[in-house]
Amino acid sequence: MADTLLNTSNIKKLSAKDFRSDQENRWCPGCGDHGILNSVQKAMAEMDYKKEDYAVISGIGCSSRFPYYMNTYGFHTIHGRAAAIASGVKCANPNLEVIQVSGDGDALAIGGNHFIHAVRRNIDMTILLFNNEIYGLTKGQYSPTSKQGMVTKTSPFGTIEEPFKPAQLALGAQSKFYARSIDTSIKLTSELVKAASAHKGTSIVEILQNCVIYNDGTHSMVTDKATKGDYQLILEHGKPMIFGIEKNKGLVLGANGKLIVVTIGENGITEADILVHDAHTENPHMHWLLSSMMAPEYPVALGVIRDVDSTSYDEKMVQQIKAVRAESSFKCMDDLLNSGDTWVVD
Amino acid sequence: MSQKTKIIEKEEVVIRFSGDSGDGMQLTGTQFSDTSALFGNDVATFPDYPAEIRAPQGTVGGVSGFQLHFGHQEINTPGDFADVLVAMNPAALKANLKWVKPSGTIIVNEDSFTDKNLEKAGYDSDPLLDDKLADYNLIKAKVTSLTRECLKDSTLDQKSILRCKNMFTLGMVYWMFDRPFEHTEAFIDKKFKKYPEVVDANKKVLRAGYNFARTIEALAYNFSVAPAKIRKGTYRNITGNKATAWGLMAAAERANLELFCGSYPITPATEILQELAARKDLGVKTFQAEDEIAGICTAIGASFAGDFAVTTTSGPGLALKTEAAGLAVMTELPLVIVNVQRGGPSTGLPTKTEQSDLLQAIHGRSGECPMPVIAASTPSDCFHYAFEAGRIALEHMTPVILLTDGFIANGAEPWRIPKMSDLPEIVAPIAQEGDEYLPYAREEKRLSRKWAIPGTKGLEHRIGGLEKMDRDGTVSYVPENHQVMSDIRKKRVELVANNIPELEVKGNEEADVLVVGWGGTYGHLITAVRELQKENKSISLAHFNYIFPLPKNTADVFSRYKKIIVCELNDGQFAEYLRSSFQNIKFEQHNKLMGLPFTVLELKERFNQLLEEK
Repeated sequence: MADTLLNTSNIKKLSAKDFRSDQENRWCPGCGDHGILNSVQKAMAEMDYKKEDYAVISGIGCSSRFPYYMNTYGFHTIHGRAAAIASGVKCANPNLEVIQVSGDGDALAIGGNHFIHAVRRNIDMTILLFNNEIYGLTKGQYSPTSKQGMVTKTSPFGTIEEPFKPAQLALGAQSKFYARSIDTSIKLTSELVKAASAHKGTSIVEILQNCVIYNDGTHSMVTDKATKGDYQLILEHGKPMIFGIEKNKGLVLGANGKLIVVTIGENGITEADILVHDAHTENPHMHWLLSSMMAPEYPVALGVIRDVDSTSYDEKMVQQIKAVRAESSFKCMDDLLNSGDTWVVD
Repeated sequence: MSQKTKIIEKEEVVIRFSGDSGDGMQLTGTQFSDTSALFGNDVATFPDYPAEIRAPQGTVGGVSGFQLHFGHQEINTPGDFADVLVAMNPAALKANLKWVKPSGTIIVNEDSFTDKNLEKAGYDSDPLLDDKLADYNLIKAKVTSLTRECLKDSTLDQKSILRCKNMFTLGMVYWMFDRPFEHTEAFIDKKFKKYPEVVDANKKVLRAGYNFARTIEALAYNFSVAPAKIRKGTYRNITGNKATAWGLMAAAERANLELFCGSYPITPATEILQELAARKDLGVKTFQAEDEIAGICTAIGASFAGDFAVTTTSGPGLALKTEAAGLAVMTELPLVIVNVQRGGPSTGLPTKTEQSDLLQAIHGRSGECPMPVIAASTPSDCFHYAFEAGRIALEHMTPVILLTDGFIANGAEPWRIPKMSDLPEIVAPIAQEGDEYLPYAREEKRLSRKWAIPGTKGLEHRIGGLEKMDRDGTVSYVPENHQVMSDIRKKRVELVANNIPELEVKGNEEADVLVVGWGGTYGHLITAVRELQKENKSISLAHFNYIFPLPKNTADVFSRYKKIIVCELNDGQFAEYLRSSFQNIKFEQHNKLMGLPFTVLELKERFNQLLEEK
């Protein structure tokens, strides 16, 4: 068809199917990862990259099996190090579209250091952070995002640890792009993956994922049909922060700097009073408040929470090399070897 | 015109500059050695400094030293004992007196021998006043006050004026050894080009020191060391760390690949990262990672994506990189891991040399995880072995560990500059678009898999740390397959032996004693062996650069000697490794763990003992 021929990078328009590998999927039946895999394959088919230009890099954990199910270049690495390895991939070849897949344990516990530094450097890659608040592959120990008090195999009397909110960690590391989705929403997840990929710099998509075996229902308030209307706030840039089954709830900023849930039509509140989402503002204050909201006090913020323009590390790296090269008299190793103080022995 | 004193021709001279770690002794030593090299002498240097940037002033622990050895024949070590010691304070004298030759010359800064400094150095009485130094040619110079006097008209502040005093002592030794000023003056011009006052002050003090030595006739004679007879060519001075960085860059150029270095700063390896970071003009990508693990992991990522990737570290850092090194073995990706060894365990002796990471390099990973290990043996041959590490990594699709050490990394020597066109081309087995590709299908000669670089159409594939099925590379837990893959990983490293040179012996092919060494001890071992050979002793040296696998003729070489002694700066790791490889051969040992190189003297004593034993 004429319109597909116009796309020079993809002579044949790719479909989600093209990204499926022939490997048998080993995730548990009912695992949230299946839905995420479908979302990502759908998004990839809709983006303009050639199939060979994707590199999917993962660490260790259930979610990190992801690359095996993708028919792209893939690297299933070691526990916690996906962000570092993905950083190296991107620096070696900035033309690649690098996607990192990590779980909450992989990215925030053993790999916490690499996670914050990848974000701080702003390497142009997309981090898909599967957050199921549990260690699944090792069969049910608490993770850095497990709710305090949670009983697991390593916390038989309940955890006594304060959990991370991944977005707070990311914002603390000067994240420029943060989005959040849920595993069951194929449409939202694939839209967010596309938005993350389009963003230049490190983009994080946190996906609230259900572990059907070890932490079933941890996000149920946000995902259950009966409650999700009241506990999902899908943010869109420039749109008022309205939610609720009846679309009559909204957020306003209280005098104490806290967000307050209000009902339109009550106490004189009108739609005009509701906060309007600005994903592009550099000031992270509102993004911090929005990303920190938890049910049942608040709805959970989904969609693109933060999307601020920036120059990526790899772009700066390429520019710096180009600039230094243009100025230098060294064009090859022979020039360097013979530079400075040398002397001839006859 | 002053009378030029009697000139004595010397074969070789050792000078040791020492002072507080802020006294500029490293700079003074480097200037003297560069000047001597430009003059045509062969030179070897040994910086010996404390881990602290400014260790407690005036104490023995804070003494920074720089020893250099120059001569008009081949120089292989920085010398055991000094002909001339420059001691800027009592602590420097106390720390270094044992390294001065009997009747050697000692230049002291007399101004610094105050009660307070003597006490800090642990002297009960002033050694300049009693007869303890009577056997030496002691030159007392009021370096501080003479520097101050010389710069009395300068507008510089007192602190800056006193910083020039190292130039005074440099000037003195320049007179003693008849060295020209030009190189150092050019250096001063460049270093302080924004501060003309500082340039003038340093030059003035340099000349003042020179004139002072001439006036007092610091020696009844002055020395001349004629240029060395060395091979024709263009030369430069180079340190081991710089040579390592350049060798890696040379390998990238000859492989026609971009160089990526992911590293975390660690003494004494940091200069390699610094040197590579400065070479963006040659396209080098450096990534100062958040930790040692990220250093190697970014390099592995870059290797996956098609760069020639390296990571540089020292012992404790190698320990941290261990798990990722296993990933590189499992995924069969090319990678060079440089380990500049230092005294261990733990933080150990960060600025001192040792060879105690050998077994860590050979064995220190989880699982059966073989990878080639090679070692450089002199500052300048770090270039060659860094290049070799790259060649083996890329041609065999494997991580390679290159071992150097603090002694050769910081030491410098003249180096005959190679032409890039004389270095072999490196051909990595890169898969091309259109190839039939299976990630773990192998070529026969080296059993290496092909490198399918992301971005190449049609070669999409997945690799990872899980065991893979032979040929097709899917995840496999099949018991028989793990045996097959383990055997292949072992065989792959063994096959490297077909692609490295045979072991060469220095000396007779048969003798009573074979000295065996590896890595950075070469200079001391060859000097000791040659000196004994001149005395007609039946002794030869076999020095190893290729450690794992060993050269193919190793057993043959060993079989021709009556006694074999393995000398290393550790507790016997190479000896242990050789024993496990050659169970019928007896290996004697000579070991030292003092953070210092061997001395030629101790080696000769040990070898003579072995030669005499029945």
